[in-house]
Amino acid sequence: MTVREVTCGFVPLVDAAPLIIAQELRFAADEGISLNLMKQPSWSALRDMLALGHLDVAHMLSPMPIAMTLGVSGMQCQVDALMVLSINGTIIGVSKPLAAKMRNTGWNTDFNDPAAAATAIFATGHEKLRIGVPFPFSMHRMLLGHWLSAHPAFDKNQVEIITVPPPRMAEAVADGLLDMFCVGEPWGTVALEQDVAELIIPGVSIWQCAPEKVLGARHDWIDEHPQTTNAVMRAVYRATRWLDTPQNKPLATEILARSAHIHLPDNAIDPSISGHISGQNGGMPIDIPQFLMFHQNSANFPWRSQAAWIGSQIAQWHGLDPRAALATAQDCFRSDIYRQHLGPFGVNLPGASAKVEGALKQPTPVPATNGEMILGPDTFFDGAIFDFSAQN
Amino acid sequence: MDSALKILVVEPDTTRARDIIDALKDGGWANVMVVGDISALGRSLTQIDPDIVLIDIEHPDRDTLEHVSHVSDAKSRPVAMFVDRSDADLTHAAIGAGLSAYVVDGLQKNRIKPVLETAIARFKMMEQMRSELDAAKQALNDRKTIDRAKGLLMNARKITEEESYNLLRKTAMDQGRKVIEVAQALVTAADLLG
Repeated sequence: MTVREVTCGFVPLVDAAPLIIAQELRFAADEGISLNLMKQPSWSALRDMLALGHLDVAHMLSPMPIAMTLGVSGMQCQVDALMVLSINGTIIGVSKPLAAKMRNTGWNTDFNDPAAAATAIFATGHEKLRIGVPFPFSMHRMLLGHWLSAHPAFDKNQVEIITVPPPRMAEAVADGLLDMFCVGEPWGTVALEQDVAELIIPGVSIWQCAPEKVLGARHDWIDEHPQTTNAVMRAVYRATRWLDTPQNKPLATEILARSAHIHLPDNAIDPSISGHISGQNGGMPIDIPQFLMFHQNSANFPWRSQAAWIGSQIAQWHGLDPRAALATAQDCFRSDIYRQHLGPFGVNLPGASAKVEGALKQPTPVPATNGEMILGPDTFFDGAIFDFSAQN
Repeated sequence: MDSALKILVVEPDTTRARDIIDALKDGGWANVMVVGDISALGRSLTQIDPDIVLIDIEHPDRDTLEHVSHVSDAKSRPVAMFVDRSDADLTHAAIGAGLSAYVVDGLQKNRIKPVLETAIARFKMMEQMRSELDAAKQALNDRKTIDRAKGLLMNARKITEEESYNLLRKTAMDQGRKVIEVAQALVTAADLLG
């Protein structure tokens, strides 16, 4: 069998793990492909390389395919999400001075209470909140927006969102350029260890099931390469299942630390893989359920409703027609392709391709191709519910 | 030429930055500024108010630059990457040379294209010089390794330098490997054995 080489872009973060594991543990080789992993210096560079055909598939922030398809990020290019690579995994931190002010308001550093944290932040009377995110089209920015704007004291003129590459987040806080940030691991833990910031809430406490990274490819490429698409999806699916098997986690950390792809020591990788995170420097790590999921709770299924939620945010930012933006966004999350390629592979598939986002308070059985499947909780901290079916 | 056009170059390496400025000045564009990175630039991008921003495609600050162009007033900031989406040749030439460009919306194409062509040519030249330099460094390193391997063989087997080299070359040929690979293996083994 000839081995097809698939050029695969990624940004060196812990959640690039499914692609690295698919290649390193030979799940890709089993499917007759080889993933040529190409590290990208920025999300912009990854986006342009994908749009121009220098990459076949890529590890992408979940809003990126939608933003590219809507033509609001770089050259307009129709890009689809084949599957979700990871759910959650981000963390929000504040500068040491802001943390001290928050404590003065009586905030008790509870790591899982976004409402209390927002109250404390606004009670400090801090004039302007400068908040760092990794990219304009990121789940980080959307989670921050949902979280802060839900508070009665929120004033959009008080908040300035700034893009800072994750490896520089700690430095930007130390230099006084940022008061807050939302970033993927390990960069929250790095800021903590450099003693410039405290971590106040994990992203999962804002939305329990936020699609964080997706496997993206150009719409045309998917059409023209059904067999390669199939092979990539199967290999990556198996890698995510391997990653979320508890006994594999120590080995996963070691493989990621040793592989040349991420260039991070294992003590930086372990907290997010294990879900044991400390809020204060030297503090006891806390076990955060669902901190970062690669596979469990049907994490990989690209829900059209997730895409709709993302699309509605982008439409608001850019003043796009919400109806048209939602329709475009939903078509970017290829639940049809997921069914077509992974159904025959024995993957259990939900009966519907959209759900009411925010409605599941606990693990819930739903009808599926193999009888039923369990969907994980997906509530927002403020009880918000998003039903996009009415708008179709 | 077009001296009214305000061009900002983001380049931390001062030699490279000077090269790009010189090329643009020779082309008749006098209004050129340079900054090393965007985080230091911060809000002053709005004050500089460039028509065109030129930045290395590998520069990690590209995401920050994009955000500044999105969030601030989209009508007066550089928003689009490359001029004309239909001009695929220019786009590919820029990517090939390692250049990305941000251009203020609505700027006429005939004002942008010559700037990009000049920058692309300069980026290509710099890229070539960089790879030549890398190749020269590699050759020097290889030679040091081969010299060390020869020294090890001369000591261990009490043979001449020429005989040592012939032995390395013969081993490489027999094993279908390169001389440098055999030399490297020998040096590594010697280091391990102390």
